[in-house]
Amino acid sequence: MDAFEAIKATFFQECDELLADLESKLMLLEQGQTDLETINAVFRAVHSVKGGAGAFGLEALVRFAHVFETLMDELRGGRKPCDTVTIKTLLRASDVLADHIQAAQGLAPPVDEERSAGLVHELELLTHGGEAPPVVEEDEDDFGFTPMAFDAALDEPLADLGGSGEIEVAASEAQTGWRVLFKPHSRMYGSANEAGLLLRELGRVGPTTVSVDAENLPTLDILVAEEGYLTWTIDLTAEVDEKVVREVFDFVEADCDLTVSPLGGAPALEFEEEPPAVLPASDDLDVAALLAKAAGAAPPEAPAPAPAPVAAAPEPAPAPAPAPVPPPVAAAPAPTTAPVPPAQVAAPVAPAPVTIRVDLDRVDRLINVVGELVIQQAMLSQRVLESGLARSSGIALGLEDLELLTREIQDSVMAIRAQPVKSVFQRMPRLVREVADMVSKQVRLVTAGEDTEVDKTVVERLAEPITHMLRNAIDHGLETPEDRVAAGKPAEGTVRLAALHRSGRIVIEISDDGRGINRERVKKIAIDKGLIAPEAALTDEQIDNLIFLPGFSTAAVVSDISGRGVGMDVVKRSIQALGGRISISSVPGKGSTFTLSLPLTLAVLDGMVVSAADQILIAPLPAIVESLTPQESDLHYVGGVDPVIRFRERFLPLIDVAMTMGFRDTPVVPNEGVAVVVETEGGQQAALLFDAIQGQRQVVIKSLETNYQQVEGVAAATILGDGRVALILDVDVLVTDMRRKSGRPDFKLAS
Amino acid sequence: MKKTVLTVDDSRTMRDMLLMALEDAGYHVIQAVDGIDGLETLAANGADVVITDINMPRMDGFGFIEGMRADPNHRTTPCLVLTTESDAEKKARARAAGATGWIVKPFDPAKLVDAVRRVAA
Amino acid sequence: MNEANDSQRELIAFRIGRQEFCVDIMSVREIRGWTPATPLPRSPGYMKGVINLRGTVLPIIDLGARFGLETSEPTARHVIMVAHIGGRMVGLLVDAVSDILEMNDASVQPTPDVASDQVKTFVKGIFSIDGRMISLIELDHILPQVEAEAA
Repeated sequence: MDAFEAIKATFFQECDELLADLESKLMLLEQGQTDLETINAVFRAVHSVKGGAGAFGLEALVRFAHVFETLMDELRGGRKPCDTVTIKTLLRASDVLADHIQAAQGLAPPVDEERSAGLVHELELLTHGGEAPPVVEEDEDDFGFTPMAFDAALDEPLADLGGSGEIEVAASEAQTGWRVLFKPHSRMYGSANEAGLLLRELGRVGPTTVSVDAENLPTLDILVAEEGYLTWTIDLTAEVDEKVVREVFDFVEADCDLTVSPLGGAPALEFEEEPPAVLPASDDLDVAALLAKAAGAAPPEAPAPAPAPVAAAPEPAPAPAPAPVPPPVAAAPAPTTAPVPPAQVAAPVAPAPVTIRVDLDRVDRLINVVGELVIQQAMLSQRVLESGLARSSGIALGLEDLELLTREIQDSVMAIRAQPVKSVFQRMPRLVREVADMVSKQVRLVTAGEDTEVDKTVVERLAEPITHMLRNAIDHGLETPEDRVAAGKPAEGTVRLAALHRSGRIVIEISDDGRGINRERVKKIAIDKGLIAPEAALTDEQIDNLIFLPGFSTAAVVSDISGRGVGMDVVKRSIQALGGRISISSVPGKGSTFTLSLPLTLAVLDGMVVSAADQILIAPLPAIVESLTPQESDLHYVGGVDPVIRFRERFLPLIDVAMTMGFRDTPVVPNEGVAVVVETEGGQQAALLFDAIQGQRQVVIKSLETNYQQVEGVAAATILGDGRVALILDVDVLVTDMRRKSGRPDFKLAS
Repeated sequence: MKKTVLTVDDSRTMRDMLLMALEDAGYHVIQAVDGIDGLETLAANGADVVITDINMPRMDGFGFIEGMRADPNHRTTPCLVLTTESDAEKKARARAAGATGWIVKPFDPAKLVDAVRRVAA
Repeated sequence: MNEANDSQRELIAFRIGRQEFCVDIMSVREIRGWTPATPLPRSPGYMKGVINLRGTVLPIIDLGARFGLETSEPTARHVIMVAHIGGRMVGLLVDAVSDILEMNDASVQPTPDVASDQVKTFVKGIFSIDGRMISLIELDHILPQVEAEAA
């Protein structure tokens, strides 16, 4: 990747951040916080997108951002009100802006032109206050946002300045040179421009002859160093356009008197490297007349001079020393783009925390190595224990300290990958707007806990289930505005999205104040689909959770909005794939709450260590409901073959794991083993039969796919303290695999 | 000795582009992310030429230039403003605040370096 | 460089039962003694399971069984050759490593028709050294999923 491409990648990264910022600031506006700083922040975000897009020649993006920016400029200037209608338009404009950015990255097809043009029109209408449609807008090209438009941008206004056609003609007739009359104002020095540098610059165009008129120079006692006393006459012998000459004075044209006229051929003094400080006037040109002429030709874009800034105010001589030579900077420029604030920041505004950007690969490598360290440390501890050393021995005590340190390193390293869920939450307001529009409902999204941190991988995988559940909440949970009003609720429904930490896991709650789950209907669907027996007696909670059963959702109950043909069972499955759990609680007429809890990281897992046929296996703790020793009286055999176990008044299939996995051929006698009740997708429970439980521990997850492939019934592997590999069970596959043979006895046998 | 250019811009993209163009041209580049950071960086490290954006959080480009000109050490340090061609008003304001010149965005590296060279003593 | 000049290659020769095979030395990362592997459920018979190789989960293939030969339960005398196959690390269980050979490509003969199909899948050719017949093994098809794709 060359440097340009790398910067482009940075730009798109920055765009993501800008969009997130834009969204959050727009939300503030929507909540009524329409202060100048918020509006300014929105302006800046759009402005930065436009600036970068211009640099990379992303024209469609530039054009859209420009219209957006123009309206923001009106708003921050207070020329247009920041009212509800405007804010709604801005929100939709931010969506289109996001789409333009996606398209510019090639991640999405070009934005639908009608949609983009429609919003451009709306923005312009707001910008111009619904007055006569602005014809001028056709001239947008003027803004010079063609990439690398520098030349044109500089030249055009100057060409206008040239004014008279004579000069154009003269120029084209191979002009031999120009006489430049140049009288700096004091303000020119106040902006750190120097006559000497300008003369040097003119010297680069062609050979120059310079004379200076020092007639106005006062005596030293009253001389003000930065006052403009001198008038320079420069004869330039070069066949160039007048605009080339004027370009040299581009920066100072408003701060000096300047005339440029074709050279008559009058000889003048030779200009030597440095302009002589004081030279006698060699020419008796009518300066006043020339100055008047110059004033007449002042550039149209130069406004009346603003009051001189403080720095330009006359100061007592002597002039300050030349600009200090900066001390040699020892440190090379930082390769990263992270801001490096000075060592001591005394500013009242809170300084941004110092950050560095690191390749994710490097972090992952570190996490991997720390994983090895944890395993190695555990192995070492076990060896020492086996060697019979006293627990109070120096080695054993040292090992304990080592273990604490290792844990701490692991936690710290994991924290590097932790990210606030903000990045996912910020995508949701747009989704809510779109879905609400689609189903003609009024929805307010309230978010909380955006700063809650969780592993990057988890953050990334949260977006889909949250999206799905929000759609579901708006589409199914909330009533239509009419129904809500009829039910005595505000027409606008509220959906709440919150994140919090709870006992070492992250919990995401999505709740609505809608109608709640229609249990009669849910039960009927479940019966119709054969998911439960018609006579099954289920608790409210069990009925609510039926919606997670595979096969529950169909096109009949899931519209294209909430489902896209995907049911809640898929959501549940994707949550479980992350080691998470999901549940729903609902109050009829009041609304529903989905709660999902996830581990903070995917690199380690809390597991129960079990043994089966001489093998050590790990059962993921989140899937485990309870463990128990099977009693003879609780065991039954369906059709005399398939074992089931009574658990909380229900019969669960009892799965001999060692048999299922092919570790032995004859089943273990159930009451000689231990049963672990697990819950799988759709809230279905089963009991896994092992030989014994050895304990609980956190294990480092190792992929089997790195060197081999996926193995049925195995989620991953880990390395135990004794150095052996243990398999982590894929509880879902184990249980559903058995189900194919044994059907769904848990609901049908409900007593 | 290499000349030092301080770039003040809240956009990482723009900082990167300035850095690439200026370093290629043999300048030493130091960076700041807004006006306040710019003044602090300038006070701590000094610079031969300063390039600043206008629209920035905390302190914008105008505030930065005024602050810089108020410091006797940097009253004569050339300062170029990054602006868009449409911003005639901004140019005037920047000039009033004490900007030495301007660079029109989007810039091409050659023009940028040319502008820096023109104002660098 | 050497390879390019005269197609001279270094090979590791190993024994399974009474037969001798060899693989390119470049694909073998290390050789270690047998340690009991953790069996994988529902895997082909030649998959002995996985072991821990300094923190990496390494699948172990009983190479003899893979070739369709009769093999016995591995003992401490058996050897695991850790090989690099298509971006993966795989442990190959063999009876013993017997030799390091230098061989010229020209001396390799095509696999004779008498060999079984299963052998021919993996044997690229045969050659003789000191009157011993050694089969040159192509490791690319050793992993099971490649077989699944081919089927």
